[in-house]
Amino acid sequence: MYRIVRKEALRPTVTLYEIEAPLVAKKAQPGQFIILRVDENGERIPITINSYDPEKGTVTIIVQTVGATTEKLSHLNEGDCLHDFVGPLGKATETEGKKKVCVVGGGVGCAIAYPVLKKFHDCGAEVHAIVGFRTEDLVILEEDFKKSSDKLIVCTDDGSYGRKGLVTDALKELIEAGNQYDEVFAIGPMVMMKFVSKTTEPYGIPTTVSMSPIMIDGTGMCGGCRLSVGGEMKFACVDGPDFDGHKVDWDLAVKRNQMYRDFEMHKHEETCNLFKKEAE
Amino acid sequence: MANMSLTKNPMPSQDPNVRNKNFEEVALGYTEEQALDEAQRCLNCKNKPCMTGCPVMVHIPEFIQEVAKGDFEAAYQIISNTSALPAVCGRVCPQESQCEKYCVRGKKGDPVGIGRLERFVADWHNAHCTTAPEKPASNGHRVAVVGSGPAGLTCAGDLARKGYEVTVFEALHLAGGVLVYGIPEFRLPKSIVQKEVDGLKALGVTIATNTVVGRTISIDELMEEQGFEAVFIGSGAGLPMFMDIPGVNYRGVYSANEFLTRINLMKAYREGSDTPIQHPKKVAVVGGGNVAMDAARCAKRLGAEVYIVYRRGMEELPARKEEVEHAEEEGIIFKTLCNPVEIFADGNDDVNRIRCIKMELGEPDASGRRRPIEVPNSEFDLDVDCVIMSLGTSPNPLIKSTTKGLEINRKGGIVVNEDGLTSREKVYAGGDAVTGAATVILAMGAGKTAANAIDEALSK
Repeated sequence: MYRIVRKEALRPTVTLYEIEAPLVAKKAQPGQFIILRVDENGERIPITINSYDPEKGTVTIIVQTVGATTEKLSHLNEGDCLHDFVGPLGKATETEGKKKVCVVGGGVGCAIAYPVLKKFHDCGAEVHAIVGFRTEDLVILEEDFKKSSDKLIVCTDDGSYGRKGLVTDALKELIEAGNQYDEVFAIGPMVMMKFVSKTTEPYGIPTTVSMSPIMIDGTGMCGGCRLSVGGEMKFACVDGPDFDGHKVDWDLAVKRNQMYRDFEMHKHEETCNLFKKEAE
Repeated sequence: MANMSLTKNPMPSQDPNVRNKNFEEVALGYTEEQALDEAQRCLNCKNKPCMTGCPVMVHIPEFIQEVAKGDFEAAYQIISNTSALPAVCGRVCPQESQCEKYCVRGKKGDPVGIGRLERFVADWHNAHCTTAPEKPASNGHRVAVVGSGPAGLTCAGDLARKGYEVTVFEALHLAGGVLVYGIPEFRLPKSIVQKEVDGLKALGVTIATNTVVGRTISIDELMEEQGFEAVFIGSGAGLPMFMDIPGVNYRGVYSANEFLTRINLMKAYREGSDTPIQHPKKVAVVGGGNVAMDAARCAKRLGAEVYIVYRRGMEELPARKEEVEHAEEEGIIFKTLCNPVEIFADGNDDVNRIRCIKMELGEPDASGRRRPIEVPNSEFDLDVDCVIMSLGTSPNPLIKSTTKGLEINRKGGIVVNEDGLTSREKVYAGGDAVTGAATVILAMGAGKTAANAIDEALSK
C-alpha cells in the first residue's frame, strides 16, 4: 500500500504529501510524474514528482485542491493509504551540459519546477528562477528556490506579494538585460507555458515545456495525451512530458485539456457537498 | 444416436432493444438441456478436425462427449488441461475461423456450437465447484511475467502448475490486461476475469499491480537484482494508431483504447465514477475489427446513434461474425465501403462532422483481401459529435527502449523464435507485443508455448 507518511499544508489549498513508494523513489528523476488513485472509484490522475528519497523509499508530491480527486486526497491524513500510486512515468528532464538557464514556474507547477531547477543547479549551471502565483496565499517553496538559484523573482498577479505582474514580463526583462540563456524551462498552467514560449521565440532561446495533458494509463496505451508538436502526433506519457515549446500546437493543447471541464466542476462540487454532509 | 439437427441450439440472449441500453452480459448461456442437446450433435470424429483449429489444442470431442453424458465437471477437467481461461475463450474466441471452421457438421448446416459448449462447461464449473485449486509444491525456480493479459495469465498459470514461483507485473491498477480495459462487460463480465485471476493466486502466483516494467523496474533488474531466472514479456499492444487526416486531434476524437478504457476499466458509464466520458449523440467508429464493434456497442449503450465506418465491405469485416450480428441487432448502422478524409469541429474544437469518401474494391492486395480504392468525387458528410478510431495499435515502446539487446522487427514487435525466445537469453515474449494487435486465444497460445520452453530451459 502507498501510505502517506507526511502531510503538510503549505498554503490553504496547496498540500504536500510524502508517500511510501520504494520502487518509484528508487527510479524517480526530475521531470517525471506519477499516476495516483485515491479510492476504488477514483480517477487516475497524473501528478509530477516534487522530490524523492530512495533511501527512505518515499516520493513527495505537491497538490493544489482543484477537483474531485484532489479534494478527496485532501481529506486523507498521515497514516492513510492511497489506493494506487504508479511511476515514475515519462522521460526525465535533460539537465546536463547547460551553462545558464532560466526556470519559469507557475502556481503549483513550481512544485515540479523545483526538482528540475535543483538538478540544473547541481549540474553546475547558473540558474535564474521566475515563479508566479495568482496571489500571496498560493506562494510556495520560496526558500527552496532561493537556495538553488542564483537569481529569484517572485511575481503575483494581484501584487499581493513580490512584484505585480506576469512571469513573461519578468522573463522578457531578464532577456533584454542581456542574460544569455542556453535554455528556458517552463512548467505551470498551459496558458503560461504558451506565453513563455511566445516570449522566448523571437530571441531564439531553446525553450522546454513540461506538458500535463489529460491521460489515463500513462504508459502509451490510451492516446488521450496526444499533442501536436511540430506537426507530428506525440504522446506526452511516453514521448514527453518535456517538449520544445516553440513547436507545440498550443491552441489545440489548451482546448483538449478543457474537454471535461464541466464534468470536473460538477464532480468537484458534488464531492465537496458529500464531505460537508459527512461533517454535519 | 447423434442429434442430426442442421442448426445449432440458439444462444439465449437479452433482447437487442433492451441490452443496447445496459451493460449486462448479452449472451445468457445454454441451459443444461440445451447443452446436452447441442453436445449430441458432435459426431466424435476419429481424426478430430476441430482440434487443428484450436491454438491451445483443447481436446474438443472428448470434452463434448462428457457434456453429452452429463458429466460437466469431467468436461471441465479436459478443457482446463490445455486452456487456462475456458470461461473467457468460450466468450471471446473467433470460433468460426478456428475450431468450428473445421467441424464436419459445418459442411451441411451449422457446425457444433463448440464455443457455446465450452462456455457452458466453464460457467457450470464456476457455479458448482468452489474448491480452489491446490498450490503445487515449489520447484524453487522464479519466473517474472510482464503483463497480466491473456498471454501473461496463461504463461503464469502453466508455470505455476508446474511448481514455478511466478510474479506477474501489471502496469495498471487491475489485473487482466485487455480482458479488463478493452473487452466490455456485456461481452465478458469482469467477475469472470477476476475469478480466473483469483484462481492463479490460489496456485501461488503473485500479482504486482501498478508496476510498469520499463519504468518502475527494468527487465535487467528483474533478472540481476530480483533473482528471476526467466522473464516472459506479454506487455500487449501499445500506442493506438490514428488516421493522418485533418482534425484528428479535435475534442471528441478518441482512440478505441481510450474510449474503452474509460468505460471498462474506469467504469465511467456508472454513476459515482470519478472518470469522465463524453456522452455523445452521434458517433462514427472508424474500423471493422472486434475492438471497433466493442467501441460502437459501448457508445450505443451511452445513448448514441452509432455508425461503423469501414473502408471495405460487410464480407471483409475482420470482427467475429457474432459481434457483427450483435451490433446489427442492436441498431449500429454500418457505413461500409467508405473512409474518412477529414474531421470538422466548431469554434470550441468540439467535433461536429466527419467527411467520408466512398470506396470500391479492386484487386486483392498482399493481405489477400481486395484493396479498397477511392471513388472520385463521392465525398459525403456525417453529422457526428464523436469519432472513435479503431485502427489497431503499434507495440509499446517502453520495454524495447529500456532492454539492451532485445531485437525488434520493422513494425516494433519483439522478435522471437518458435519457442517464444527473444534475442536475449532466458527472455521470452508472446501475444500482441510480438504480433501486433491479434486475438485473445493467439496470445494464450503464445503464453503456453513460452511456458513450455521456459520449463524446458530451467529444468535442465
